[in-house]
Amino acid sequence: MEKTGRKWDVRSFIKHNNMYVIFAALLVVCVFLSEDFLTGNNLMNIGRQQAGLTMISMGLLYVIMTGGIDLASGSVMALSSVMVTFCLTTHEMGMAAAVGIPLLLGGLFGLLSGVLVSWLNMAPFIVTLAIQIMVRGLAFMISNGNPVLAPADTVEGLASGIFLGLPVLIWLAIAVVLVFWFIQHYTTFGRMILAVGSNDTAVYLAGIRVKWYRTGTYIIAGICSALAGIISVSRTGIGTPQVGVAIESDAIAACVIGGANMMGGEGDVFKTVIGVFVLALIRNIMNLMAVPSYPQDVIKGIIIILAVLLQTLTSRKK
Amino acid sequence: MTDKPLIEMKQITKSYGGIRALKGIDFHLYQGEVRALLGENGAGKSTLMKILSGAESMDSGEILVNGETVSVTSPKRSRDLGISTIYQEFILAPQLSVAENIFLDRLSERKGLICWKALCQKAGALLKQMGFENIDPMTKVGDLPVAYQQIVEICKALSREARVLILDEPTAVLTFHEIEKLFQVIRKLRDEGWGIIYISHRLEEVFQICDRATILKDGTLVGAYELRGMEKKDLVNLMVGRTMQNYYPPREINIGQEVLRAEHLKAGSLVDDVSFQVRAGEVLGFYGLVGAGRTETMRALFGADVLQEGEIRLEGNKIQIRNPSEAVKNGIGLLPEDRKKEGVLLKLPIRWNTTLSNIKTFSFWGIHNHRREREVARKALKDLHTKYGSLEDAANSLSGGNQQKVALAKWLVAGCKVVILDEPTRGVDIGAKREIYSIINELARAGTGIVVVSSEMEEIMNISDRILVMRCGKITGELKKEEITEQRLIQLAMGVS
Repeated sequence: MEKTGRKWDVRSFIKHNNMYVIFAALLVVCVFLSEDFLTGNNLMNIGRQQAGLTMISMGLLYVIMTGGIDLASGSVMALSSVMVTFCLTTHEMGMAAAVGIPLLLGGLFGLLSGVLVSWLNMAPFIVTLAIQIMVRGLAFMISNGNPVLAPADTVEGLASGIFLGLPVLIWLAIAVVLVFWFIQHYTTFGRMILAVGSNDTAVYLAGIRVKWYRTGTYIIAGICSALAGIISVSRTGIGTPQVGVAIESDAIAACVIGGANMMGGEGDVFKTVIGVFVLALIRNIMNLMAVPSYPQDVIKGIIIILAVLLQTLTSRKK
Repeated sequence: MTDKPLIEMKQITKSYGGIRALKGIDFHLYQGEVRALLGENGAGKSTLMKILSGAESMDSGEILVNGETVSVTSPKRSRDLGISTIYQEFILAPQLSVAENIFLDRLSERKGLICWKALCQKAGALLKQMGFENIDPMTKVGDLPVAYQQIVEICKALSREARVLILDEPTAVLTFHEIEKLFQVIRKLRDEGWGIIYISHRLEEVFQICDRATILKDGTLVGAYELRGMEKKDLVNLMVGRTMQNYYPPREINIGQEVLRAEHLKAGSLVDDVSFQVRAGEVLGFYGLVGAGRTETMRALFGADVLQEGEIRLEGNKIQIRNPSEAVKNGIGLLPEDRKKEGVLLKLPIRWNTTLSNIKTFSFWGIHNHRREREVARKALKDLHTKYGSLEDAANSLSGGNQQKVALAKWLVAGCKVVILDEPTRGVDIGAKREIYSIINELARAGTGIVVVSSEMEEIMNISDRILVMRCGKITGELKKEEITEQRLIQLAMGVS
């Protein structure tokens, strides 16, 4: 008894796609404000700079979609960056270990968050806040608080290498985004994280192992943060416990601008990427216009509020 | 009852998008009457009441309160006009006290300071007026039983000096005794000259408490009737608009081997040494008062709550169920009591809801086969005569009855050996109720063992092959089909022999 054919509704289109509108508007503004904006070099830079945040946002998006939150991203990123250089210099391990160990650690801390949240029913905000503090501490312990230079000819190829006209780093980010998109739309796991976020009681009573799915999202988020740490070493050449401070707040902002619901049950991979780039454009255009750093943060905060406000206004029921 | 209308609604129309929800409704409410507002789900009852309570605006029409034309632009305006609505889901702050809840919008008399003593006295006076001086105004509302919470809601209306009270399915969550108490309160208010609008799907209650009934169907007015001298089936016929002869569809009974046996189940205080078995093709009813432990028994059996003791056998083999996932793997499905909170994912597509329980069978190495899922979902929904727009629409686009069918469809798709239905027709209109009975019959005919928990006596008497009655966590009796009488059920449920 399925009825077909429905009117295409402009209002509902804008409601569900307003981040694209915001992004396009920002793009136009940027082009007019600075002639340096629309240069290959500048755009490539934006892409490189945002690779790490994109990955963290992807991981965090899944957590948010289940109705959780992960505040440990920045710390895990720092620990990972420290571990990369630590493995390469102090222990003279190979590249595989120097990349694999941080990823593994990221996954383990995700597992820890997931277990505490799912099996011990602790609030995700508190659990991941504690892990954030703890992991940052670990990063400082391992590095003695000092940045460590990565040996030459190791990870920087990731950042400087060019493949088919684009930096390898950007390809990597694109790959991660596509994988997340695929998981969201074509796997049971992707389906279930949205379902869990939408109504975990109903999903549980349907016989689904809610705890496992929820834990899975934290593990993925941990791995993504670790990947961002590796990328940061490849871009800067150093591993430092100071990196990624408060990057999770940017990632949360990106998810929310991308239409994710902090209560869970709503969120979209591509729209979150747009969210990342909305933030990036704001930062970039202010840099090009030589706005000093402190006012930049004030303006960024205001623009995030405006973006989300626009969303709630357009999506509010009449 | 006087002939002075408190409320007159004239030629009310309302459309949502292209759908005309109300097509020119006239509604009158007189002083000192309890007026039933009846109709199937989607007939326009709630829309009409939302307009009266200011939650929705009308497209055209006129509302008169005490003979004066008014415009009800907001819920606050409606309250100021003396109209109070008590929804099925109470609007109470569970962490606050009774007194605070009653006077929530007027806590302080001056300068933002609260005088607790005065507040308590005022609340206490209202409770006393209702005949509930046993409720302490300083108790946290969340600690009160549901029935008392409802009294708090009514006191809220009383404190605003309301003259019109709208009650939406007020007895859905109440026990036998509590309903009687509520009715006392309603009668008291009626005798004081209030006008009360009573919305309910339980027709027995309508006859007990209401004087007249206004019946809506598909957004039009069928008519307003004096209830004296009418019978239940007359009302049903008016609501459905056709004669409903076999309200409970007949079924060929074909009972086979035992599928599920539960022995000496124990879980908390409400499941105390419960044993039963259900056979293939059998409909086993569980009757009892609210709080007798039926839902708790089913939840423990299904692994949703911890089963402390007991043994479960499926087709003779001992099985262990530690969580719902293990229950589903063993072919047991549960349709929970609270559809909106536990049964369906309201915001997610109908398709997802339909295949939720065996989603893994649609994937190969974790990769999902959307096309096959769509085919299966479409077929299951068609088998259940579900009315829906598109498979991708959110489940909350459906009426209550169709949502329930979607929730049921997932167990159909999962191919369960035993399906437990907890209050399957709660909050569902008459047409959909009958369809749900047909579905139960169909499932039983196909050899599924069915357990139905229901508080509606007539329903459970008519659909069950055998009824178990529970009281205070224990099974107090078993009635075979031919032994089932209303009297026996009440005796067993209330513990009188």
